[in-house]
Amino acid sequence: MFRFPSCRRKVIPGFGLSLGFTLFYLGLIVIIPLAATFLKSAELDWSEFRATVGSPRVMASYRLSFGASLAAALVNGVFGFLTAWVLVRYSFPGRRIVDALVDLPFALPTAVAGIALTTIYAETGWMGQWMKEVGIKAAFSPLGIMIALIFVGLPFVVRTIQPVLEDLDAELEEVAASLGASRFKTITKVVFPSVFPALITGIALAFARGVGEYGSVVFISGNMPMKTEITPLLIITKLEQYDTAGATAIAVVMLVISFVLLLLINLLQAGYAGRRA
Amino acid sequence: MNIEVRNIEKRYGSFTALGDVSHVFESGKLSALLGPSGSGKTTLLRIIAGLENADQGQVLFGCEDASHRHARYRGVGFVFQHYALFRHMTVFENIAFGLRVKARSQRPSRSEIRKKVERLLKLVQLDWLGGRMPSELPGGQRQRVALARALAVEPRLLLLDEPFGALDANVRSELRQWLRRLHDEIHVTSIFVTHDVEEALEVSDQVVVMNAGKIEQSGSPDEVYDHPASPFVYRFLGHANIFQVAGGSSLYVRPHDFDVFGEHFPGAIAAQVLGCRSVGAIGRIDLQPNNGGDPLQVETDKNSMRSMQVVEGKTLYIRPRASKQYTAAAEI
Repeated sequence: MFRFPSCRRKVIPGFGLSLGFTLFYLGLIVIIPLAATFLKSAELDWSEFRATVGSPRVMASYRLSFGASLAAALVNGVFGFLTAWVLVRYSFPGRRIVDALVDLPFALPTAVAGIALTTIYAETGWMGQWMKEVGIKAAFSPLGIMIALIFVGLPFVVRTIQPVLEDLDAELEEVAASLGASRFKTITKVVFPSVFPALITGIALAFARGVGEYGSVVFISGNMPMKTEITPLLIITKLEQYDTAGATAIAVVMLVISFVLLLLINLLQAGYAGRRA
Repeated sequence: MNIEVRNIEKRYGSFTALGDVSHVFESGKLSALLGPSGSGKTTLLRIIAGLENADQGQVLFGCEDASHRHARYRGVGFVFQHYALFRHMTVFENIAFGLRVKARSQRPSRSEIRKKVERLLKLVQLDWLGGRMPSELPGGQRQRVALARALAVEPRLLLLDEPFGALDANVRSELRQWLRRLHDEIHVTSIFVTHDVEEALEVSDQVVVMNAGKIEQSGSPDEVYDHPASPFVYRFLGHANIFQVAGGSSLYVRPHDFDVFGEHFPGAIAAQVLGCRSVGAIGRIDLQPNNGGDPLQVETDKNSMRSMQVVEGKTLYIRPRASKQYTAAAEI
């Protein structure tokens, strides 16, 4: 006898299998190592934990790491948007080369980037000597850290905005023009809001990358305690002193802050998207 | 204000989209640009709107030469086939857009904008939907929002590019009757592009038939339908049965312009039924004339088809009631 397949079956098959695999994979790659971090830090009792993560030197590094990452991500938001715009909207000789250049910070070993940036922005370097003239100290200052983080974060913003800009319907801008909107108003009121969710995602990615960045920053920052010492460096320092528990304690705090911030950004974006849906 | 295009030419590479097109769209009328895809009708519309520049020729708004005026300053409302609503704005904000982006000196006050948008929402019969997002509305309502948005800036000219092309058949016919009534109410000079013959004939005051970058014929729907100027127009407006006659010219007959008899009748030709089917109230019969020649399509009403007991293989007698003759030269 012919039997109809169960009506309850979903149109797209394999939900159970793919969800199971996803959870297993995430567990293996993300959750287990992170859980190990939490476990290791639990070797400390509460007062030791507080003393480690609350020490002035560590607090200063948190402020620097999150502050510089946020600033760099925002700068990338502005200029990454412009870069994506230029790459999508104009055709000019060498456009493909510029397009490929954007990805270089992904590929370059971050230590190489750090050394190169330090050479250029040191007081004797190409840029550094001019900046010194006007009284700006780039390398071995928080500004230098920002420069390194801008460098590594740029591709995240450009590559998240680019496809959205490419898909943007030209008719929207034509309608705006025929309704009498100036080019400026068309961009601020029509184009920008359409790209905004992607921009937020790009900024969030650049920010997350900045918080975790180590290789390029240690060269340009000078690593002065309380001044230019980033949190990942402190963690390495603790490890080198065989203070694994202390290192993981700092890492745990960093993880929690990063997770909360990324979650907030996602919620913000979902709220924005929900309003449009 | 008449809208005139003069000697418009537009090429894309080696493809001629428009070749020397001239026409006057009369003030206050609703004109249809009708033609198959690739005939240049949308290109012409976009050139009038200023969204595209002609390689040659002029666009005149009244006596003013608007050829080099930016779309922003033409005072033209444009409605796209796929609505092009701003997805991040409510229906209300979409309609208000054209008012809000005006320069400060010309911008109406907030309360004036509110009043105007509410009036427009009422005009397009969506007054309870101002707070919705476009994605929450079905296609027909979205298109009405797009129309209200275009009308908000009080355009001198309303252009619609296949406005009903993306809609279901039912919504489509409802909306085009509604557009006709709306136009009778507001009388703004309007041009709409369509490839749907019925739509053009039903809605417009003037039909402009285009083919291969040229205007084949223009006139009222009746003029164009009853007196097609060329074999192309004849064939584009409906099915054509073609008879070769002496002297190399051809006789074109519409399927519904035949008298059909069950028995021999003086002056009628015999033909065998190849197939028949009824479409609503119409009976459609495919016939093969006994004297050779191409198969014919003939339409009669369903009842007479039934009373003649039309079946495959039966011989019927048909006589053209009306026809149109074209010389061989015109047919190319």
